[in-house]
Amino acid sequence: MYRYDEFDHAFVRQRVDQFRDQVSRRLSGELSEDEFKPLRLMNGLYLQLHAYMLRVAIPYGTLSSRQMRCLAHIARTYDKDYGHFTTRQNIQYNWPALKDVPDILMDLAAVEMHALQTSGNCIRNVTADQYAGAAADEIEDPRVWCEIIRQWSSLHPEFSFLPRKFKIAVTGAPNDRAAVAVHDIGLRMVRNEAGEVGFQVLVGGGQGRTPVIGSMIRAFLPKRYLLSYLEAILRVYNLLGRRDNIFKARIKILVQQVGAQVFADMVEDEWQHLKDGPVELPDGELERIQAYFAPPSFEPLPTLHAGFVEAKDRDPAFAAWARSNLADHREPGYAIVNLSLKPVGGVPGDATSAQMDTVADLADRFSLGEIRVSHEQNLILPHVRQKDLHSLWQELTAVGFATANIGLISDIIACPGLDYCSLANARSIPIAQQISTRFAELDRMHDIGELKVKISGCINACGHHHVGHIGILGVDKKGEEFYQITLGGDATETAELGRLVGPALPYDKVADAVETLVDTYLEHRQGGERFLDTYRRVGLQPFKEKLYATH
Amino acid sequence: MPKHVVTANRLIDGAVVYLTDCGGWSERIQDAIVADGKEADAALTAAADRAVADCIVVAPYLIDVDTAADSSVLRALRYRERIRSDGPSIHPEFAKNLKG
Amino acid sequence: MPLIKTSGAGTTASADVVADPWVSVGDDDPLPAAAPVIVSLTRWERDRDALLATGRPVGVRLASHQLATSIAGDLDHLALVALEFPTFRDGRAYSTARQLRERFGFKGELRAVGNVLRDQLLFMHRCGFDTFEIAHPDAAAAFAKALAEFTVFYQPATDQRTPAPRLRHLRSAAE
Repeated sequence: MYRYDEFDHAFVRQRVDQFRDQVSRRLSGELSEDEFKPLRLMNGLYLQLHAYMLRVAIPYGTLSSRQMRCLAHIARTYDKDYGHFTTRQNIQYNWPALKDVPDILMDLAAVEMHALQTSGNCIRNVTADQYAGAAADEIEDPRVWCEIIRQWSSLHPEFSFLPRKFKIAVTGAPNDRAAVAVHDIGLRMVRNEAGEVGFQVLVGGGQGRTPVIGSMIRAFLPKRYLLSYLEAILRVYNLLGRRDNIFKARIKILVQQVGAQVFADMVEDEWQHLKDGPVELPDGELERIQAYFAPPSFEPLPTLHAGFVEAKDRDPAFAAWARSNLADHREPGYAIVNLSLKPVGGVPGDATSAQMDTVADLADRFSLGEIRVSHEQNLILPHVRQKDLHSLWQELTAVGFATANIGLISDIIACPGLDYCSLANARSIPIAQQISTRFAELDRMHDIGELKVKISGCINACGHHHVGHIGILGVDKKGEEFYQITLGGDATETAELGRLVGPALPYDKVADAVETLVDTYLEHRQGGERFLDTYRRVGLQPFKEKLYATH
Repeated sequence: MPKHVVTANRLIDGAVVYLTDCGGWSERIQDAIVADGKEADAALTAAADRAVADCIVVAPYLIDVDTAADSSVLRALRYRERIRSDGPSIHPEFAKNLKG
Repeated sequence: MPLIKTSGAGTTASADVVADPWVSVGDDDPLPAAAPVIVSLTRWERDRDALLATGRPVGVRLASHQLATSIAGDLDHLALVALEFPTFRDGRAYSTARQLRERFGFKGELRAVGNVLRDQLLFMHRCGFDTFEIAHPDAAAAFAKALAEFTVFYQPATDQRTPAPRLRHLRSAAE
């Protein structure tokens, strides 16, 4: 993991001091709310439905056990004893007092964390594959470049007042778990014909009210040019992105208006003046950062641990968990373990301070002190020996993190919705709770197989409904909560936007509707098809007919 | 015409608050002063604007309340405002209006 | 408008209130006797030769949507470029400033005008601005303080502050 050096420590502390001064100027009345708002937003502080909300960055989803303990401490000391892991590898606290926020930021700084640029019209927290550095299918660890981007974008003097927010995601594996195609910039690490590793660059993807799959503007960018090329993209966007209409200000609208090829040409032109300039990393800096992400010292182990196989044979509940909640590790004898933050009937992504502390302890004992956070709102222990899996599973069961549902119908992404968010039109969390309760039975869930349900409480799409196999969008109809359903969305390397099935349904009909859609899939399923495969083969019609015949 | 109360967030801690008849701000909608008619609305709005200038609250606005059924119980008309006054629907234990 | 001028480079930069010799003239206003003038892009394009013929220093003021390329060819004739921030949220002038300095090599005075606040001063200074029109002269001390709020910078810009990656490199080279 990256560790701050003296420069990083000084920078984050100076930032906290600056914000402490800004808060005191606000409380004294020297700053009006209009003047203060963009300043607090650039430190991750919102004013939400009930209170302030502080969004803390977990850069590229990587956390140490020490950092997790600090997140628990903040929940316990300054908030209502829980936090919410979001779809952007952040954690949100829903109830901090403005007067306490500088102290919270100081506590975070002590463990090398911050809330910088988790809001505002700037380059936001850079996100990555949650299995980075552990995944069997990885070309290279993308976190090295995420850290380079994090530093480069921190208080960037030119790009702190962009037309709109700006999100960058990076994957180092061909199987895209970071949803890079629906980001302002998506970076895929690829190998060219000469065997060199570089970046495929996508721009102009995004969700919100105008969902777009990103366009590739460069098939292969040598790694050493990443920062100059990013700077060129951002400069073109900063100068030409629309500022007259907040709904048309994202880079995707600019790319659509001028066309991806013209946009690529403009970037190329600007890049010619930046490449090989001072923004490129000096000698030694890449190596310095790379060294922090060197693989930990893994034990030499056999590919398959006999005890792990036996435990699965002996214990069907453990076998079910191992089937859904583990992923392939690149080292023999190790596994990546997903901790489900989606217990049946629970709030997706929420964890109490006690749970966070437990995860930190488990990470120390079982995963070399490392934890990951996924955009699907789960936690990951990335480096677990197969021989430890059964004992770990027993401990996870005791704290409620062992629901065997990763990638299944009850592993639902849900934004905070109208229960917390001042932008929302309808609640999201209770819909997720109803669905996970409806499909609580483990055998049925596993029989249905991979099915990604994603729920947003408004058109801003924080719950990623556009890319859900089943997407659910809350809308307000004359003061009542209604929900539109889309089918066929996909956030991976085969990214697609979901299509609307038909008229919106009332709050109390959504779980029934999901059940009807699942039944329709099961009727049409052939062989080992997933829901998405069946949908792609048979199309929208059979689902639509069934849904509106029943409801 | 529905009657109104003024709500805002308290500057120092962000708490949802309602303007009371003694010119203070309460976390309970029950304590709010109710305006009936345009002039009363304007008086409440003016009081709220003074509280903004004095750095007590931020972002005040009028909301519709339902007093028809039982004049002793104040309830926001819109669902969004009920969630604001009562807390997240998924955390009934946070509800402020239950206590006292 | 009170004017602040920064001097010195890097983290030793200071900000002082200075007298403003420049006169802003409208598109159809008569020119003052001999003072240096700031004109809009429209007037510059219309009266370029006549303005230069007076022999006085000339500056051009660009609105936030007007690009650096619109005056790039004329920079040798301009002693000042003023870039507008219609609101502090409109950040286009940061990019325009860097292009003028870094891509087109402008060495004259680069002035920030409009909604210029202390909380953005450091960003502006890093992007190559050296004078700032501000609303109240008594804010000068706060502006000077804002310039010193950070000693660590992660990215190279137009200013002389050495970014952290370069400092790390220099340090390890010295070891």
